[in-house]
Amino acid sequence: MNAQVSVLLPELLLAGMGIFILLVGVLGRGSQRLAFFLANFGVLASMVAVVGVGERGTETFFAGMLQLDRFALFFRLLFLASALLVVWLSRPFLQRAQQTAWEYYALILFATLGMCFLASGVHLAGLYVSLELMALSSYILAGYFRGEVKSHEAATKYFVLGALSSGILIYGLSLMYGATGSLSLAEVSQKLAAGPRSVAATAGMFLLLAGMLFKVAAVPFHVWTPDVYEGAPTPMTAFFSVGPKAAAFAMLVRVLWVGLAPAAADWRLLVSWVAAATMVWGNVAALTQDNVKRMLAYSSIAHAGYTLLGVLAGGPLGTQSVLFYMLVYAVTNLGAFGLVVLLAAKEYAGEKVADFRGLAHRQPVAAFAMLLFLLSLGGIPPTAGFMGKLYLFAAAVHAGYAWLAVVGVIMSAVSLYYYFRIVKEMYLASAGEGEGVAVLSEAWGVRALVVCALATLLFGVYPTSALAFLAPAAKIVPW
Amino acid sequence: MIPLSWYLVVSVLMLACGLVGLLVRRNFITVLMSVELILNAANLNFVAFARQLGDLTGQVFPVFVITIAAAEAAIGLGIIVQLSRLKTTVALDAVNEMRG
Repeated sequence: MNAQVSVLLPELLLAGMGIFILLVGVLGRGSQRLAFFLANFGVLASMVAVVGVGERGTETFFAGMLQLDRFALFFRLLFLASALLVVWLSRPFLQRAQQTAWEYYALILFATLGMCFLASGVHLAGLYVSLELMALSSYILAGYFRGEVKSHEAATKYFVLGALSSGILIYGLSLMYGATGSLSLAEVSQKLAAGPRSVAATAGMFLLLAGMLFKVAAVPFHVWTPDVYEGAPTPMTAFFSVGPKAAAFAMLVRVLWVGLAPAAADWRLLVSWVAAATMVWGNVAALTQDNVKRMLAYSSIAHAGYTLLGVLAGGPLGTQSVLFYMLVYAVTNLGAFGLVVLLAAKEYAGEKVADFRGLAHRQPVAAFAMLLFLLSLGGIPPTAGFMGKLYLFAAAVHAGYAWLAVVGVIMSAVSLYYYFRIVKEMYLASAGEGEGVAVLSEAWGVRALVVCALATLLFGVYPTSALAFLAPAAKIVPW
Repeated sequence: MIPLSWYLVVSVLMLACGLVGLLVRRNFITVLMSVELILNAANLNFVAFARQLGDLTGQVFPVFVITIAAAEAAIGLGIIVQLSRLKTTVALDAVNEMRG
C-alpha cells in the first residue's frame, strides 16, 4: 500500500465498516446482534490500527492536511474508546426502545471518523470538513427517536444553532484566508507573526473562535446544550457530552496554539472572560434542574469552563492538563450518563432526580457507582475528577490566571450542591419510593459502567502513567 | 476588472441577510435558506480572495463547502418533514417543549 494511504488505515476501517453496516441493514439480513457485533469490530479494529500506525512526529501527510503526532494518537484513542463504551451502553437502550440499530451504529462510526480527523488535522479546510462530518452525524443521532417530540426538538435546535455556528466559522475562515493567503495552521501562524494584523485577520480570528466556542458549549454560545442533551436519546447524550466536546477541544487547542498563537494576547482576554462566565453560569443554572440529563448538561457546560482554563494557560503544562482532563471527564461523564441509561425504564422515564430516591436500598451497587461518578464530577479525592481539576487550576495559576482558578474552586464548591442532591435522594430517602430501577442484568451496559468506574478510580489514585504518556502529546508546538 | 472590495461588500450583505433571516424568521424553510446564504457569502469571499491572491486553495475549498451545504440541506429537510408530521406545521415556534 502507498505509504501515505497506509497511515489512514484507522479512518478507512471506520468509514468502511460504517458503509458496510448500512449495506447489511438495507439488505435486511441479520439481527440487531449482528449490527452490534459489526460496530464493535469496526471500532476495535480501528483502535488496533491507530496503535499500529503510531505516531509520526511532525511529519505532515496529504499536502499538509494531517499530522500524526502524540496529540492525535491520544485523542483518536480517546474518541474510539468512548465510541466503544457508547455502543455498549446503546445495546440495552435500543433493545428496550425497539429501535433499529443499523443506521444508529453507522452514524456513531461516521461521527467518530470526523472526530479522528479533527484530532490529526492541521489545515483549516480539512478541520472544517471533519467538524461538519461530526456535526451532521450528531444532528441525525439527536433526532433518532423520530416519533418522539422531544427527540425531534433536540435535533431541530441542534441543527439550526449548529448550522449558524458553522456558518460563522466558515465566514471567519474565508476572512482568515484573505488576510493570510493560506488555510494551513503553520502558514497562518507565520503570516500573523510577520507583521501588523489586518482588520480582516482580526475579524476572521474572532468569528473562528466564536464557531469553536459554540462547539465546546461555552457561555454565551451554550443555549443549545440543555435542550439537546435532554431531548436526545440518553446514550447519545452521553456521546455528545464526551466525544464531540473533546473533539472540539482538540481543534480549539490546535487552532489557538498552532495557528493563532501570535495573536494570543487578544484572544486570551476574550477566552478568559468566556471561561469565567461558563464556569459561573453552568453551575448556577444546574442548581435548579430537576431532570438529571438537563442537570448533567449544565454540569458539562461548567466542565467546559474549567477545561478552558487549561486552554488559556497553554504551554506544556496547560495543554497536558487539558488532555488529562478530557480523559478524566470522558470516563466520569460516560459513567454518570450510563447509569441514567440503565435506570431509564423506557424512553424518557427515570430521568428525574426523584427517580433516584432510595436507590441505595434497592440497588446498592448502582448507587455506589453513581456516587463515585458524582464525586469525580464534583472534584473530590480520591477520584479522577480531583486530579484533573488540580492540574487545570495549577496550570492556570502558573500562567498568571489565579483569579480564574479562584472562580473555578468556588464554582466547584457550588457544584457539590446539585451533585449531592442526587446522592441525598439515593442514600437518605426511604426505600421503595422512586420509579427508577437500574437494570443490572444487561451485560454490556454493566461492562461499560465497570470500565468507567475502574478508570475513574485508577486515574484518581494513580495518574502518573497517564500524565507521563500525555507529556509528549502536549508538545504540539515547540513551546 | 471589478475590484476586490466590491465582492467583499456583496459578501457582507449576504452574510447580514443570512444572519437576520436566521434570527428573525420563524419559518423553518426560510431558516434553511438563510443558512445557505451565509455559506455562500463565505464561498464568494473564498473565490474573490483566491483570484486576488492567485492561489487555488480558495477556489477548491468552496466545492467542499457546497457539498457539505447539500448534505446539511438534506438533513434539514428531513427534520422539517418530521416536524410537519408531528405538528402539521413548519414554524419553528411549534418546537418549544423544553424550557429553562
